[in-house]
Amino acid sequence: MTPALELERVTCTFVAGEDRAQRHTAVRDTSITVAPGEFVAVVGPTGCGKSTLLNIAAGLLEPSAGSVRVFGEPLAGINARAGYLFQAEALMPWRNALQNVIAGLEFRGIGPAAARAQGEDWLRRVGLGGFGDRYPHQLSGGMRKRVSLAQTLILDPEILLMDEPFSALDVQTRQLMENELLELWSADRKSVVFITHDLEEAIALSDRVMVLSAGPASHPIGDYRIDLPRPRDVAEIRLDRRFNEIHADIWHAMKDEVLKGYAQQRR
Amino acid sequence: MRSSGGRLKLRLWQAAVLLAVFCAWHALTVPGVLPPFYFEDPNKAAFFFGEPLKVLGRIWDWFSGGDIYRHLWVTLQETLLAFATGTVLGIAIGIWLALAPTASAILDPYIKALNAMPRVILAPIFMVWFGLGMLSKVALGVTLVFFIVFFNVFQGVREVSPTVLANARMLGASRRQLLRHVYLPSAMSWVFASLHNSVGLAFVGAVVGEYLGSSEGVGYLILQAEGVFDINTVFAGILVLTAFALALDALVALAERRLMVWQPRSGETERI
Repeated sequence: MTPALELERVTCTFVAGEDRAQRHTAVRDTSITVAPGEFVAVVGPTGCGKSTLLNIAAGLLEPSAGSVRVFGEPLAGINARAGYLFQAEALMPWRNALQNVIAGLEFRGIGPAAARAQGEDWLRRVGLGGFGDRYPHQLSGGMRKRVSLAQTLILDPEILLMDEPFSALDVQTRQLMENELLELWSADRKSVVFITHDLEEAIALSDRVMVLSAGPASHPIGDYRIDLPRPRDVAEIRLDRRFNEIHADIWHAMKDEVLKGYAQQRR
Repeated sequence: MRSSGGRLKLRLWQAAVLLAVFCAWHALTVPGVLPPFYFEDPNKAAFFFGEPLKVLGRIWDWFSGGDIYRHLWVTLQETLLAFATGTVLGIAIGIWLALAPTASAILDPYIKALNAMPRVILAPIFMVWFGLGMLSKVALGVTLVFFIVFFNVFQGVREVSPTVLANARMLGASRRQLLRHVYLPSAMSWVFASLHNSVGLAFVGAVVGEYLGSSEGVGYLILQAEGVFDINTVFAGILVLTAFALALDALVALAERRLMVWQPRSGETERI
């Protein structure tokens, strides 16, 4: 089967604008393959170039070397088959929740009445039925994330790229959102690349966890299959014995890298 | 939101300040009210600073007699034309240069030079180019308005959140749609901030232009009065212009409130 997303030996080096000798390699020689319907989490210490990888997969960034293939075809420009959930606030503040949700439909030229109906349906599905006319600043952080989720999912992307989407939320809201995400995902099993620095979140959500080394020039150092049964409840599964075994296993491999990353940041 | 009682009180205080200024003006200039302490001749203060009652009387005469309307209409037309043209040009060129880094790098020193130049000096040149009619005044106003709007739009487009931009691109926005749905609305809050400044400058352009050479307009009236040392009429002209500049600014504020509903306002809670 053709993989949904294939990053092959991707290297990404940034050069400073003026001084071309000053370069920073964020990712080196990294290959990631995501099968259709697979939920892959990528974990690694902060500053290891996780977001860079995702931006490459989204087509927002061109790799210095290596290739990206989407369903077997080389990627050129924006990855139109992928949806992207950003870590930072990405909603357009001048559009209300409903207008934000249907923005993608509007860009595709879908009529306002049809777009509205779909948008309202999606707002209900993320639990924001009556909030369509609120502007982003009138919504809480968790609600804004839901709007973002609806905004991305309404376009029915085959691949979902998520960059620490819930990292800014409090623990309770976060677990709620994680469960909602799993529920939405299980309905039509998209391929997901989920970036996080939280190992527990990674294990609880995904089919596979990839561990990246500390930056700069980070590269994968481990690939773990998560054989926990689905459907899962992210709060309960953390108490599962198997969960803790996997966690100990991955953490053992990750610990040195986390310490390395920490030491580099302190320098 | 301030309660309506507090608002009324505020307005009353503001009116009181205005009244106090007029009273002080009146007391200091009307011959014979105060013993002369600076000028020996009691009429001299009135000669130099005008008398508020006569100034108000002149304004009354203008509006009741109908003399002013023709001049006011000319000045307003010049102002509005300069304001609209300068704003549209400023937005268009501001967006273009903000999105075209090469062009903006090439033009950067020239834009800075044009902005640093005292542009009122251009008025006589515009007279030669466009004649003594309305066009030369509009041209002067445009040069004043344009740069303020331009720099604000330029900044506004540059400061679009990269995440919002990347998100819109991922949602499938074309370049045109990015312009319409991301850059333009994002720059609008900057545009409105600049419009408040440029309303006043559009008036400056019109009046200075008229002052330097024209046959109608409020600036022309002021120039005529100055020629015969009629200080009261000069002050009356200034007051009328100020009132209209304020009215135009209020219109801009109204449009801003209508168009910028999405902006968070501080203390947006409702008392029950």
